[in-house]
Amino acid sequence: MDRLIEILQQLVNGVSLGSIYALIALGYTMVYGVLRFINFAHGDVYMLGAYAGYLLAPLFAHIFKFGEFDTFTPENTLFILSGAGLIMILSMAICAVIGVLIERIAYRPLRERPRLNVLITAIGVSLFLQNMTQYRLGANPKAFPQLIPVHVVEGLGNLTVLTSQLAIIISTIILLIVLRFIVMKTKIGLAMRALSLNPTACSIMGVNNDVVISFTFALGSALAAAAGILVSMDSPSINPLMGNLPGIKAFVAAVLGGIGNIPGAALGGLIIGILETLVIAIGFPQWRDGIAFAVLIVILLFKPTGILGRVEREKV
Amino acid sequence: MSRGPLSLILALAVCLVVSLFGENFIASKFAYYYDILITIGINIILATSLNLVNGYTGQFSLGHAGFMAIGAYASASWSNHLDPIILGMLGGPGNPLATNVGLFVSMFFAGILAAIAGFGVGVPSLRLKGDYLAIVTLGFGEIIRVAILNTDFLGASRRLSVTGSYTTLFWTYGSVVLCIYVVLGLVHSTYGRGFVTVRDDEVAADAMGINTTKYKVLAFVIASFFAGIAGALYAHFKAFLTPEGFNFFRSVDVVVIVILGGMGSTVGVTVAAVLLTILPEALRALAHTQFVPPAYQGLLENRLILYSLLLIVLMLTRPQGLFGDRGASRKRLSRSRGD
Repeated sequence: MDRLIEILQQLVNGVSLGSIYALIALGYTMVYGVLRFINFAHGDVYMLGAYAGYLLAPLFAHIFKFGEFDTFTPENTLFILSGAGLIMILSMAICAVIGVLIERIAYRPLRERPRLNVLITAIGVSLFLQNMTQYRLGANPKAFPQLIPVHVVEGLGNLTVLTSQLAIIISTIILLIVLRFIVMKTKIGLAMRALSLNPTACSIMGVNNDVVISFTFALGSALAAAAGILVSMDSPSINPLMGNLPGIKAFVAAVLGGIGNIPGAALGGLIIGILETLVIAIGFPQWRDGIAFAVLIVILLFKPTGILGRVEREKV
Repeated sequence: MSRGPLSLILALAVCLVVSLFGENFIASKFAYYYDILITIGINIILATSLNLVNGYTGQFSLGHAGFMAIGAYASASWSNHLDPIILGMLGGPGNPLATNVGLFVSMFFAGILAAIAGFGVGVPSLRLKGDYLAIVTLGFGEIIRVAILNTDFLGASRRLSVTGSYTTLFWTYGSVVLCIYVVLGLVHSTYGRGFVTVRDDEVAADAMGINTTKYKVLAFVIASFFAGIAGALYAHFKAFLTPEGFNFFRSVDVVVIVILGGMGSTVGVTVAAVLLTILPEALRALAHTQFVPPAYQGLLENRLILYSLLLIVLMLTRPQGLFGDRGASRKRLSRSRGD
């Protein structure tokens, strides 16, 4: 019985960590789907999402009484969640705009150039975002304001689930459903799917590719921002370099699921999150950052298309 | 004797003469500039060797600092544990012969170890292309750093002091000359055209029967060897090491030099290494003059803001860098065919 609880416990930890990776990985995979390149600066949009929340929360603190509740009660739950939700949505909107601007300024002029040039530009953008944040807001970690009270959820027996973990998992599920709806049921989603199949044919059919690409960046950046806010609720210390490692791990997740494949990215994120928790649980916490790279190398050697990816032939 | 080896020997001789007669003078009178001079040399080695991979062979490695770290820690461990024995046999620590031999042996050891690591990393990862390769090499660089952080023998997160020999101008610039000679000699040899072929069109090269993977791994191993040498020089120059000195941003420094100089141009990369070593120092000096308002000091002192803008602007306006010429290899080929 204790074994079972222990396994369930690690699963909960793994899924909540994996949800974060999944949300970031979706941005990588969608951008790859429409532009065929890896947006190196995506991890930093996640960081900016957390910083947007950090800067926004004080503006709304007196309305939503951030940090004044110690526990969730039936009376205050809706109030707390609407406050946290507002911060999250505003931060997602800000990052969506940032994502669109990045694409417009740095990537669009290079669209016909070799992919290596775009990759180098993306590294440049990533360094710029990190160091500008560091310069404007300081290199020291900042304490993220408490948007929701963090405590153990009651009524689960020996299982320790924090309210923040629950918030991460539930928000991720909601966001995934919304994303699924946008991609599968709306016109712009149809255009995104068409663009990823064949850009030329897509524009011949009357789709404005530029608008679709901008929308894709907005969508991916918004999801990354949501991940930034959610992770800061759970571990409320943010710094300008916080996007580096999660960014790379989420990229691994996207490759693991099959880059360009949206359900694959979510699946890959969960797998990486659970694996990482496993590495910690079996007693090698100092190697937690290494496991993602090991997975990446194994995947690229044996099944480079990922779990759900399609085979793409190289045309000469 | 043909021109290549002759110029190598000449250049080495110049390094030796300058080092023999000028070393103490520069080091004592202009200590600050002496430091910059050694740093420039180390950066030239790092950048010209990375240029073999990123420029001539057209791959994109983001983990050069990892191999530098291996070299640095290898040579430091060698000197700390084995130098006392070697120095003892050659006439004690004060003896110039003993210290130079000690430095040479530890440098060689560092290079070999880094080359072996480069082989281990290169074989699996060089089957990948472009963006993927960049991320995998970045990952390896980070894993090497994490491994050092977790190895008590190498000082873990503490500072590891380096005893024994000290880096001199001769060993630094001797390595620079050797590195440039090897890279240029390779890519201009009949055999070495394979590197450039892989860059220009990998599929075509494959179809012509060139073993592209072999060329890519070879480029990677040679680049890692010289990164290891640079690491050894760095270790004996700084006299202490921390894993943080070899993080991702150290790799970025080298990549920025290669891109600014022009991928596939050894002259350009050498010039860029000099420029980008001096520039942060000059900006730091400028930041503390009266012309700069205090609010902007941080902006000038953070070299990475400058580098990031440099990368973006270069890619938008001049992707071939200062001296690079994308079609150079092709033009030269067609010219030689016309002869």
